[in-house]
Order: sequence, then structure tokens, then C-alpha cells
Amino acid sequence: MRHQLRLQVGPVAFRIGSEWARPIAQLRRLYAGYPEPEGACDFTVRLEAETPWWRFVRPSVAIRGDYVLPDAAPLPLVLGLLAAEMGMNLQMALGQRRFLLLHAGAVERDGRALLLTGESGAGKSTLSALLGERGWRFMGDEFALLDLDDGRLHPFPRAVSLKNEAAELFAGMAPDRFGPVLEGTPKGRIRHLRPNAAAIAAMAEPAVPALILFPRFGAGLAAAVRPVGAAELFMRLTQASTNYVALGPRGFDSLLRLCRDTPAKAIDYASSEEAVALVEQLWEAGR
Amino acid sequence: MSAVALQLTRLLSNPPTAPEVKDWTAILSCARAESLAGTLAFRLQGQPLPVEVERLMEDARRASLTVHTEALWEAEMARRALAPFAIPVILLKGTAYAAAGLDAAQGRSIGDLDILVPRTALPKVEQALLAGGWEWVKEDAYDDAYYRQWMHELPPLIHRARDKMIDVHHTILPLTARPTPDAQALIADSIPLEGGLRILAPADMVIHAAAHLFADGDLAGGLRNLWDIDRLLRQFAAADAGFWQALHARAKRHTLLPAVHRAGRLANDLYGTPVPESWRVWDSADPLFKARLLARDGWGRATRRALRFGFYVRSHALRMPLPMLARHLWTKARR
Amino acid sequence: MAGSAYIADADILAAAAELEGLTFLYDARSGQTHILAPPAPQILEALAGRAGDAEDILQRIGDRFDVPAEGAAHALAARLAELEAAGLVRRP
Repeated sequence: MRHQLRLQVGPVAFRIGSEWARPIAQLRRLYAGYPEPEGACDFTVRLEAETPWWRFVRPSVAIRGDYVLPDAAPLPLVLGLLAAEMGMNLQMALGQRRFLLLHAGAVERDGRALLLTGESGAGKSTLSALLGERGWRFMGDEFALLDLDDGRLHPFPRAVSLKNEAAELFAGMAPDRFGPVLEGTPKGRIRHLRPNAAAIAAMAEPAVPALILFPRFGAGLAAAVRPVGAAELFMRLTQASTNYVALGPRGFDSLLRLCRDTPAKAIDYASSEEAVALVEQLWEAGR
Repeated sequence: MSAVALQLTRLLSNPPTAPEVKDWTAILSCARAESLAGTLAFRLQGQPLPVEVERLMEDARRASLTVHTEALWEAEMARRALAPFAIPVILLKGTAYAAAGLDAAQGRSIGDLDILVPRTALPKVEQALLAGGWEWVKEDAYDDAYYRQWMHELPPLIHRARDKMIDVHHTILPLTARPTPDAQALIADSIPLEGGLRILAPADMVIHAAAHLFADGDLAGGLRNLWDIDRLLRQFAAADAGFWQALHARAKRHTLLPAVHRAGRLANDLYGTPVPESWRVWDSADPLFKARLLARDGWGRATRRALRFGFYVRSHALRMPLPMLARHLWTKARR
Repeated sequence: MAGSAYIADADILAAAAELEGLTFLYDARSGQTHILAPPAPQILEALAGRAGDAEDILQRIGDRFDVPAEGAAHALAARLAELEAAGLVRRP
């Protein structure tokens, strides 16, 4: 493929190829400062023209690679960067077999990790990124990687996808940390934010899970905290994992251990400040 | 283009050549695209590999074990649903290799469950599976009539709760194809496994694999199917001195000698499979088949577009005579 | 009326753990994970490696369980059908 990039994110190395130069150039800028993989890559993503003759007439990017979704709709070329990001997510969701994948954000302090999990759109992505700028080390916003042997969480610090108004929370960040504004995506307007230097520097350092939170953001919600029992936690986490079934007995054992050993709570909040305050309060209480 | 695919075949047949590989990322993408990642991982076990490659191979070996657990479970659930009816149920392809513990099973990717039953038993099998939680994938009546009348299998079924497909065959090629395999002989000479399911006799297993590869289909996934044939031939020939003769006679009976011979020639060429000297006379189409099998690059992309299209057309022509094909495509187009 | 006999694999409960009164079971043979509430785990225990019908099961677990006399076999038959559909028990 004419244009390509190799990218190391935590313990995972990606090879990304594209028939167009622009998405690769945008990726390179967005991931400035990330290490180049040493040796073979775990996964390959390909951005391809949907059918050859459309390439110049009405450019449309098909997301392909080692692992594909057969009926995936192509994206317009202007969203090529998003296609690359989705391609990387797809490789992880369908092909990751070394770690148990949890659909969660994660941040770390003092070698201990806080997991933020729950449904899409509930606010875990934004909250993870925000905590990463408030004295926590950002480990990831989309996937948390659970080590099947020792139960530690490994970082996977990809660029954070900020939707609509959420981007405004980060208005003060250095401009070069932002990707281009992407309009008309399936999730509305989004903008990517590169994790900070501390997150990038520590991308090879795992942490022990210490607290799991189910954040729920809502404009009119009263701040609240509810305990989540181990049984409910197990059920919700299997639903949040794309590769639990494929990991067999090791997946079962490590998830069981995580649910038994890690306290979990559901938190409601109406503002990001409230969220941060709740997190700090619960983290302190758990020490 | 096919340099990576060719290197993959060399690696599979000669694992100690691993140190010669410069671009493991390319080999991996090619192997994954050809459903050979698990197979490669088992073949390379014990070879000196870069540390990150060894980790990926270990991942692939583990992933393969889970796939096999699931495949054998599907077979077991089908067995339970069909047990009350005393119908011979013969496992086919990857699930059969896994259930029988054959060399061909090692690391093999397995998709749907394929079983072979007598044609007369089809109504009962259909009823039992529907009662056991399977349901039809396609609702369309035309496709259904087409399947039942002309194909070698029931329309596809999928299990409601487990979301896994089963293909119920009554012979190994479509009834409209030119070779006429003897389905009753396949069933009569099948071998029982512990637990009640059955597999084809060794020669029939090879013939089925060759038929599937060269007499039905457009050679997609061909490198994997040819590897199956390599493993089967080696294992069966080592166990039985009379195997080649038995294979020849049986292939003749099933009118599939050309497919079996071609399979042998290509396996010998790409995987070094020992085949009788008399088999090694290449025909003019073999280079085209070889090129089609190797049409995969180091990015996992399909290459040789025109050649692939040619084989795609061929696969339709193989399945039905031309006038029927024309009418079939016409009916499909009108919907 | 005894009803059909069933059996479970002898090691069906080998990878089972209790969380808040529910049994989380990994079935190595199928690769599936099941979440079971009483009396399902007890039924499995009663059938692990030895066949039995509803009455046999009642006898095997009855002393540890508050089983209402009326309709017990009927309720058990329903649980057994569920366990069969889940692949955890089968006809011997």
C-alpha cells in the first residue's frame, strides 16, 4: 500500500496502510511522539477504495484489515482519520487474544487503576480524559486490557474521541494535541485529542485494578453513588467485553478474580466537576 | 504479489526456514487472510522466532483451542438433537478432523458445522433441528426451492441461542454438477467415532476435500484446503501401504479422479506432499490454479482480480449447466 | 410420574464460583459461561456423573432443600428442560 504508518499503543503494535496520503498524514500528526513498533506488528488495518473506480470520483473509504466486519459501510474520504481509528478498534475487538478486553476507560495513580465502564455515551471517555489532565495518569478511554496471568491492567492510550460539546472541556489544551474537526460522523461532530506526555511516557506500565465505576452523566441528575455487587459486576463486564467468550477458561478465571477483588460503584453526576469530585472522594475512601 | 503467499507455503511445509523471514507482519496478514494463522502457529512451535512473533503465535495457538472447543460442541449439540432418530450423522471438513484427532486438525480454523446424512433422512433431520432451536437463515422461497431441488445441502440453518450455523449435506457436490459422487457409498463406508457421530473413510475424506476445492467453489481459502489435503494424504499414506491404490479406485467410483489428481499435483508442488510419480504430470491448467491459490499479498489483500473473476465464473458453471444458470441468474436479478 | 432421565458430565461443576448467592459456571466442554440460581446448581450436582429423573433428583437434594411437596416434580421438570436447552444436562 502506497501510504503507511506503524504505531505502538501500549502493548499493541499496528500497521496501517492507506490508498490515500491524507489519513496517514493526519494520523502521524495526531500520534506525534508515540514510539515506533520494534519488530512485527500485532494487527494490520487497511483503508481501501470501496471499488476501484470510485477512488477519484466519489472517494469512499472501506475499513479492512486482518479482521473485518463483512457488512461495514464505507466512510467518506474526509473522515479517513476516523476510519483508521475505527479500523484499529475493530482489530482489537475481533482479534485481541492476549488480554481480556473491557470496554472501559482507565486512569492510574500510585500504581493503582481506576476503571470507568458502562454504555457508550454515558461519559466514561470524557471523564477518563479529564482525569488524565487532573493529576491522574491516563491509560485509555476505549479499551482496558486485563492481563490474563496476573490480573493487572495494561495501558492502551489511543487518541480520545471527543463528541460535540465534550471537546469544549479541553479547550485549554495545546492546539497541536487536537486532530481535525470531523463533521457528519455517525456520532455527530467529533475531534480527537492526543493523550498528554505523561500518558505516552508511561504507556508500558501496567497497574493493579483498585476501583471500578459506572459513570452516568445527565444534565438534571442528582449526584449519587450506588454500590454494584460482584454478581452484577461480572454480568455487566461480560457484556462490555468483545473477546470474553474467545478466551475460554482463562477469561472466566481472570474476570472472576477482578470482580471478587475490586469494589465497584455506580455514580450519577450533572457536571464534570461533580464527577471529578465524586471520583476523588471514592478513591480516598477506598485507600 | 504472490511472493509472500509462496513464502507462507514454504514456512508451513518447512518450519526450520523461519529464520529466513524478514517481514513477519506480512506473513501474519497473509496467513490470517488465508485462515492459516493457527496452522502456522502450530507448525512454528519450537522454532526460534523474534519474541513478539512468538507471543503472537502463542495467542494464535490458544485461539485455535477455543475454536475447536466451540466446533466440537456444535457437533455434540447436533448429535443430541438427532440421537433419537437413529440416523447416521457424518461430520465433514474441519469438525471431522478435530473430532477424529487428525493431523489436519492442528491449528485449523473451523467455521460452520457441516454434516452428511442420507437424502431420505432429510425431512426428519430438518424437523429435529428446528425442534432443537435451529432456524432458517434465509426466508426467501425461491432460494429455498432452488436449494432443495438442486443443491447438495439443505438451506442454511442457524441456532437461535448459540448463533452458530449448520450445513446439512446429502451428497458432496451439487446434483447439477457433472461428477456424480456415490453418496450412499460415502455413508455406508463411514467410520464411527466414540459417542455416536461418524466420519468419512480416509479415501473419501481426501476425495471430499479435493471435490470441495476443485469441483465446487472458486478456490477462496484454497491454500488452507490444500493444506488439509497435504496433511490427510501424509497421515493416511503412512498408516496404510495400499492407500494410494484405494484412493485411486475410490476416486474413480466417485467420478472425481481429475479433482483428486489435481489436488495431489498442487499439494506436491506447494507443500511437498509425497504423491506417486505417475501423478506428477502437470496439465496446462495447473499454473492457473496455482496462481489463483497464491493470489494474496503481504497486506492480506486479494490480488489477480481478473484471474479471480475467471474462477468465480467457473464456480457457477461447475454448479449448474449453462441454460439453468442463465435462468437462475435471471430470476435472481428480477427480485 | 417420573419423567425423563437426564445426566450431566461428572466434572460439570469443576469451574464454578459463587457470587452473592448466584453460581457462575464455566462449562469447559462448551466454552460457555452460565449464571445459575438455586435449584439449578443443586440439580447439576445431583446429576453429575449419574443419571436421574425428577424423583431421583428430589431424593438427592430434598434433604438440603425446602422443596414444597405439591408440584415439586413439575417445577423440576421445567428446570431440567431449561438445563437441557442450555446443554448442561442431556438424555443418557
